[in-house]
Amino acid sequence: MLPEMKEESELISGLFRQEFSKMVAVISKLFGLQYIENAEDIVSETFLLAAETWGQNVIPPNPTAWLYTVAKQKTLYHFRRQKLFTQKIIPELQSMHENINEINDVNFSSQNIKDSQLQMMFAICTPAIASEAQIGLALRILCGFGIDEIAEAFLSNKETINKRLFRTKEKLRSEKIKLELPGENEINNRLDNVLHIIYLLFNEGYYSKTQNQILRKDFCLEALRLGIMLTEYERTNKPKTNALIALICFHSSRFEARETSENSFVLYEQQDEELWDIDLIRQGIHFLNLSAEGNEVSSYHLEARIAFWHCMKEDSKEKWEEILQLYNQLMMINYSPSVALNRTFALYKANGQKAALIEAEKLKMENNHFYFLLLGELYSGIDNIKAKMNFKMSFSLAKTHTEKQGIQEKIDELP
Amino acid sequence: MKEFMLVFRQPSYDHSNVSPNEMQAITKRWQDWVGGIAAQGKLSSNGSRLSQEGKVLKAGGVITEGPFVEIRERLGGYMFIKADSLEEATTLAHGCPALDANGSVEIRPVYS
Repeated sequence: MLPEMKEESELISGLFRQEFSKMVAVISKLFGLQYIENAEDIVSETFLLAAETWGQNVIPPNPTAWLYTVAKQKTLYHFRRQKLFTQKIIPELQSMHENINEINDVNFSSQNIKDSQLQMMFAICTPAIASEAQIGLALRILCGFGIDEIAEAFLSNKETINKRLFRTKEKLRSEKIKLELPGENEINNRLDNVLHIIYLLFNEGYYSKTQNQILRKDFCLEALRLGIMLTEYERTNKPKTNALIALICFHSSRFEARETSENSFVLYEQQDEELWDIDLIRQGIHFLNLSAEGNEVSSYHLEARIAFWHCMKEDSKEKWEEILQLYNQLMMINYSPSVALNRTFALYKANGQKAALIEAEKLKMENNHFYFLLLGELYSGIDNIKAKMNFKMSFSLAKTHTEKQGIQEKIDELP
Repeated sequence: MKEFMLVFRQPSYDHSNVSPNEMQAITKRWQDWVGGIAAQGKLSSNGSRLSQEGKVLKAGGVITEGPFVEIRERLGGYMFIKADSLEEATTLAHGCPALDANGSVEIRPVYS
């Protein structure tokens, strides 16, 4: 590829990621959410035209303005055709189409873009559709990821993802979801839905099994961007929003240092903190401080504090005591086996190996390879025969090659 | 799984002579003990501590100040756990810090 062509195509992919969601949000707001696919088509056609003409001629001095201008023209053209269609061909439909009044302009002002994007976030993160469906749509509409990228992240294929997206948009239509901010009574609960999706999106990037590191990091950064967008509105700038952002910052700061083998207990001790992103840690601390307002202690608050401690490399008993108490609280609002296991590890560091062993034996998580991995750790040095037994059990339950390899190393390390 | 109520009693809840460090240690013991039950997925509801102020109302409209002072064990708090049997619930109750303060844990099945 010629250097000029490469530069132009990188510019366009960058702009796509940045502008796709903004433009789709504004145009969907104009037409109505039920016409979201029309909005996507218009924006895709706009970028196609950009790809065709910018290469032949010259990259415009203000690429974004060019995109908005072309998108406006296409939107107005499409609208007039639509109006013509409904007026001349199906007059009865006219009364049902709320936006049939004159549309003379498409408002791409920064305020309208912001408002439309926020409303789109709430529309997609509606409790009326399943979370898995929401994430796919969020990745496409809110973050501008390509179908192939989404397929790669979910270890799926384009046809499956396309079908899923289609069905989800159908659901938006059948549930008559509108592009509007929820009312005062509802907004706190609805915000929980939005935060949950952002959290899942972040997890998808952070824990995804796909090898594409760049893609995974992009997911994390997009989750961060969406979270920060929420802080720009008074009604959504809540302590729990800031807590979630802090949590994302802290985890993301250690992204480069994470081993791909999902050996979470030894992870923190083996990480090379030279690879930690100090700016992200600072940003996390900033948002953590902002989150320390009000009375609500959400699970994001607790997880953010735990993540904060993990970004402090010192290995003191005080640190692990803090982490233990945070996990004690977290289990009460958001129990899961992995939280329980992490709590037990913190207990090991805070209260000692023997105390942790007693607690660990009570957990009886028979099908969980991490459980036996932890037991193996806790028995090491106290009863190496039992340690080996537990590691071997973990090995048999582990699914991936890298997991098994890591466990085998532990077995080999034992005297 | 069934639900059980744990009721905690101690002769005294007077912590005026307890140092801050000791208080912290007692708090930690409670948090760790409840956490231990939660880690097993057996915590149903965290419950609450109860203030030692209160009143007792008896038949005839008789009201007396304070919790029952005749018995040596004052009611301090309660929580709800999940277990398959009363025996298992009783096992979970082991290690409760109330026992370190000469107190007791009462374990009662909840009717569903």
